[in-house]
Amino acid sequence: MTEQNISLTIDGQAVTVPKETTILEAARSVGIDIPTLCWAENLTPVNVCRLCVVEADNSKALVPACSRACDAGSNIETNNERVTKNRRMVLELLDSANDLSQSEELQDLMANYEADSSRYSDNLAAHDEPKVEDDLFIRAYDRCVLCYKCVQACGEEAQFTFAIAIANRGFDARVSTEHDIPLPESACVYCGNCIGVCPTNALQFKTEFDLRSAANWRPEDQEVTETICSYCGVGCTLELHTQDNEIVKVTSPADHSVTSGHLCVKGRFGWEYVQAPVYRPPSAIQTDAAVDD
Amino acid sequence: MFGAGGGTSSYCEVEETEFVLLWGSNARAAHPIYFHHVLKGIRSGASMFAVDPRYTDSAKFADAWLGLNVGTDIALANAIAREIIVSGLYDAEFISRSTSGFAEFAEHVDAYDLAYAERITGVDAGVIRETAHRYATAKTAQILWTLGITEHHNGVENVLSLCNLALLTGHVGRWGSGLVPLRGQNNVQGGGDMGALPNKLPGFQDVDDDRARAKFEALYQTTLNPEPGLHLTLMFEAMSRGELKALYVIGENPADSEADVLRARALLQDLDFLIVQDIFMTKTARYADVVLPASVGWVEADGTVTSSERRVQRVRAALVPPKGARADHEIIGDLAMRLGATWQAQTPEELWDELRSISPMHAGMSYARLEENNGLQWPCPDLDHPGTPFLHGWLWEEGLSGHDPAPFSLTTHEGPKETLSEEFPIRLTTGRVLDSYNTGVQSRAYKSPLRKGADLEISTVDALELGLQNGEEVLVLSPRGQVKMLVSIQKDQVKGLAFTTFHFPDLVDLNVLTNDEWDPLSGTAEFKAAAIRIEKLTGNDRA
Amino acid sequence: MPDLKYTLSEPDEEEKRLVQALTQNAQVPIRGDRVAFGGVRRAKNLRNLLLPGLHALQNAKGWISPGGLNHLAETLRVPAAEAFGVASFYDLFTLEEPAYAGPLHHVCVDPSCGVAGAEARIKALQAQGKAVHEGPCLGQCDRAPAYFVQARSSEPVDMTALDNSKQAFDTSLSGKLLRRFGKVDPSDLRSYLDNGGYRAFETALSIGGAAVISRITEAGLTGRGGAAFPTGVKWNAVAAHEAYEKHIVVNADESEPGTFKDRMILEMDPFALIEAMTIAAVSTGSTKGWIYVRGEYATAERRLQSALNEVQRSGLLGHNIRGTDHSFDIQIRQGAGAYICGEETALFNSIEGFRGEPRSKPPFPTESGLFRSPTIVNNPETLINVLEILEAGVDEFRASGTNDSPGTKLFCVSGDIGTPGLYEAEFGTPLRRLLEAADIPAEEVYAVLLGGAAGRFLNSSAIDMPLSFEGAKAYNATLGSGAVMVFSNRVDLTKVVTRLGKFFKDESCGQCVPCRVGTQRQHEVLLQIGDSTPTRRQRDLLDDLSIVMGDASICGLGHTAASAVQSAIDQGLIWSET
Repeated sequence: MTEQNISLTIDGQAVTVPKETTILEAARSVGIDIPTLCWAENLTPVNVCRLCVVEADNSKALVPACSRACDAGSNIETNNERVTKNRRMVLELLDSANDLSQSEELQDLMANYEADSSRYSDNLAAHDEPKVEDDLFIRAYDRCVLCYKCVQACGEEAQFTFAIAIANRGFDARVSTEHDIPLPESACVYCGNCIGVCPTNALQFKTEFDLRSAANWRPEDQEVTETICSYCGVGCTLELHTQDNEIVKVTSPADHSVTSGHLCVKGRFGWEYVQAPVYRPPSAIQTDAAVDD
Repeated sequence: MFGAGGGTSSYCEVEETEFVLLWGSNARAAHPIYFHHVLKGIRSGASMFAVDPRYTDSAKFADAWLGLNVGTDIALANAIAREIIVSGLYDAEFISRSTSGFAEFAEHVDAYDLAYAERITGVDAGVIRETAHRYATAKTAQILWTLGITEHHNGVENVLSLCNLALLTGHVGRWGSGLVPLRGQNNVQGGGDMGALPNKLPGFQDVDDDRARAKFEALYQTTLNPEPGLHLTLMFEAMSRGELKALYVIGENPADSEADVLRARALLQDLDFLIVQDIFMTKTARYADVVLPASVGWVEADGTVTSSERRVQRVRAALVPPKGARADHEIIGDLAMRLGATWQAQTPEELWDELRSISPMHAGMSYARLEENNGLQWPCPDLDHPGTPFLHGWLWEEGLSGHDPAPFSLTTHEGPKETLSEEFPIRLTTGRVLDSYNTGVQSRAYKSPLRKGADLEISTVDALELGLQNGEEVLVLSPRGQVKMLVSIQKDQVKGLAFTTFHFPDLVDLNVLTNDEWDPLSGTAEFKAAAIRIEKLTGNDRA
Repeated sequence: MPDLKYTLSEPDEEEKRLVQALTQNAQVPIRGDRVAFGGVRRAKNLRNLLLPGLHALQNAKGWISPGGLNHLAETLRVPAAEAFGVASFYDLFTLEEPAYAGPLHHVCVDPSCGVAGAEARIKALQAQGKAVHEGPCLGQCDRAPAYFVQARSSEPVDMTALDNSKQAFDTSLSGKLLRRFGKVDPSDLRSYLDNGGYRAFETALSIGGAAVISRITEAGLTGRGGAAFPTGVKWNAVAAHEAYEKHIVVNADESEPGTFKDRMILEMDPFALIEAMTIAAVSTGSTKGWIYVRGEYATAERRLQSALNEVQRSGLLGHNIRGTDHSFDIQIRQGAGAYICGEETALFNSIEGFRGEPRSKPPFPTESGLFRSPTIVNNPETLINVLEILEAGVDEFRASGTNDSPGTKLFCVSGDIGTPGLYEAEFGTPLRRLLEAADIPAEEVYAVLLGGAAGRFLNSSAIDMPLSFEGAKAYNATLGSGAVMVFSNRVDLTKVVTRLGKFFKDESCGQCVPCRVGTQRQHEVLLQIGDSTPTRRQRDLLDDLSIVMGDASICGLGHTAASAVQSAIDQGLIWSET
């Protein structure tokens, strides 16, 4: 296989990459980081957030680094004044429309880019109360930035269930089931792959929601351990997030060949049995166990 | 040797294959993350045909679904083989270089013409023909199967019938082509790899192989019995003859999971001595003389498991187990010490390194490498070996690298042992649903919004004939017993077929109904084909 | 096919019948007792029937019921959430049973209708107890104030089009593209043939595709939808593809406020469009044609459909046209109230049965367009020019216009002064002459919005601007779609600009952050300045919004969402700070 390489310039650095490499990949390959929000390693870029825009000398408008393939000979600026200004505006607009308080990454970016959303009228895109419809996860759409990741993961990027889609248009656009029916009535199969990709904690494990409500969510006291799911024989890698010797959340690494970061309902939520005392009481060796049937 | 050990292909190969034949597997529900790989393949243009008595969630993704009668897989496979042969679509070069017994095979399957197959399987001959042609003419093709193939009295013959198709077309031993049995349970592959089979030592070394046995005898300073042991089904046979008097059960719940479970429970009850080592107080544990509480392997202990693509992966302790529960290897090790053994390896890693020293296919898999590579696929004979994405590449090498050619197998259609009758006119088959697992001891603990219990799914036509409403409680009878169940009417269900899951033994003691006719080669019971009768309850019978 | 699961809402008999009629010729999944043919592939083939299906349900009932939507989605194997997502995308679809009785009246409140008495019309309709929806431009600025009625049990009607005598076109400056207007009976193929119809097609067949494309290239024909991309380059790119399936798509989703030329072509000269499409098809080896007509163009759609039926019957479309080895057929698709679907990739998504959200480019349509196949997208006016080039010849075509903008252009003149209507003029004609032809006294001109909502305002100092691509560029303006909206100083321009802000906010698809939130914030500021004297801080905010929408949006809607606002301020037409 002959792989064609192309050369271009990114922030003054000469870079040579295989054809079809995106600007984001090329930049990261030489240690230049570009912020992203709707991009994820395990999803096809949809380039909707526009946080990753960069200036390309062969384009009038800025181009999204996450999805735009490098052009041979082009000159890319990833961090000049124009780019910075646009990123600041994107962050301000997001912050003006959504509650971003649970996204550490966006908080950091807003501080770095000096985004000031106080100059906008106080008009959030969604004022909805969190949707708490079952015992597995909740949806708080006032934190939803419409990055499309959950819709992609629910749809043809992974799960092919399509329980949620974007509904309505413009500022009223929402992630929604049909007629906004509750999730348990929808086609949802509770794989939780939407939670796995959500960047703003709009989708959240019920365990996390409950711990936060009880002011007992303590990321600093949590550990993450990689192990393999105990159910079927596929061998999905789980990242168990534990706090106080209890599992509080389960994710999977996006770069693993088996899962690509996606799980099923059993792997994502089926761990309750290992820690519910009703199933596994502290035990001693038993003898002469009575057979009651 | 061809035909043993594990799936030939890596999961990701199905993303690049041209044709997928999904046979007796509802992977969408039972192996959801493997099915993601299948879906990627379909999205990239692969065509999938699905063979299953039920129009499953998986079959709905297929370009064509072949709804065969339960237990007629051999008739269908042989008819496909015959069609490939008579249409000249077989790979003559591959067959002559890499296989043996083609002439006899061709003669044997000649009786399975399309008309015969249509009569036996119930599937339109034209579709069978198309399946044969699509499979044979695809550049790459995979056959995927699960328990729909194996949980029959002749499960091994079923598997061999599918292997024949791959040998006929050369769809094995190459990237993108292969035979993929999906393992139903976490580490069932690893259990086999580690010698938890009656006739094997770790690494699929035969117990009757003197040289292999000598290695183990030297390491453990003991002598080993060269005779193969008993598999689970034979153990119950031996129990029924009074030959097997003591049983040590680790992490298995036969008092719920055996077919014809009433008989199994009686035999457990009659044992002289029963030890159960489990993380739960299962129904089987309640029959035990001694219960050894174990910690949960994948979350409270370190170690390895092996997946359906032969990938050995690390599990790690994330939680401290409840008081009194200990890791399986510690319990077994201590027991061995008390019995006078002098085993050296203590930690999971030491045990693993010991295994590597005597199982050549694992030799190259150090913990460090497993960590670094997110697991490795066996065989991996040395520390420089990258692992093996697909098996049987030698089939495509001149001289077959010293292997014997892969033999065709002659298999004959028999159908389920239990035939339908006027008394028991409906075929009951069982399977998994997405959110539950096996006898439910693990999966029942989490509050799945999808859970609906063990309904008896029947067709609209049957419901109409029996005068049943959705959700109505009925009496279900088989030649072995009877249970009460709720009816769920499914518009996709084939007439004459009933389906249910086995996840809720506390709600419905389903295996009271299932048939324990078993495959003499694998010991697997015919869970997939019982004959039943459904009776409407009169007012007095209702619970 | 996904895990399809639908709620228990059931369709009624009428809804069942409509869906059945829709799919009777389609390759639907087959489910027998023991075999089923289904899968992703069949579902893909069906999905483009979603939009027509939604129209059928809406027209029958005045809204799309949950049962009807379920049934349609299940039949087409579209997931319920996606079907809802698509239906809720479009303005003309109603997903809740209307609280009002009777039909819904859509009254245009965009600039030309706004200044021509839209408010009075709304009041009048409301006084009669009618349900009114204040909507975007209906493409009938020549007969402002326009309105359109969505009935509860029949096809919608564009009310202001009922009066045929009001077809306002003017050939006093030039009459090439309009020469069949009023002369050819748009319902009679014979009449079209008698007036020289299909002569260009005969020429195309005799000289061959390569020659057709080189003539178009030599003629310097560029797209008349607004982007002015060289047509020959597009055709060439698609002709060069060996793809099994190639498409010709006509973008007649004319929704740019102030623009109505394409509607008039569809209403007055539909055969010409069909002929030109067929030429494009045979010249590039394309076999499938689609005309995407905006949903509000009810009359145009009906005339086009009847013309198409006639041509199909005549053998000038279909398999082996006129015994040649060329095969080509055309389907009409109706939009459903979404300006964004005029963006070519959003239009593809709309036809395919997805939300009309633009795709990212590259890849460009000539590589990967409709159904991911190589596709030519042309504007109706562009295609009509092809006939002109092939009939009159390249030299004759280039004899009009300027060197950089050869040929003639259709201009849609409207506003509060003069005679609104469609005017053909050579490129390079001074704006002043166009206005004279429309009886607009130059001294009354306060502002001109050139190119529609996505265009820019000019003040009276631009009155001598040559109407060519290069001429407009010199004024930092663009001809765009050819909309020329002229306002006197009697018009409250702040109100007009605020309305344009609302237009973009309403029409943003919502996909990208700069446009989704930016258009909303821009409109909020415009509302504030309408109520009180603007401040520096507000101006800064508008400027910043203009930068991020223009630089960082996905598509042209976002890129131009601030241009009218910014130009109105720059030209000193609105805004005076304290």
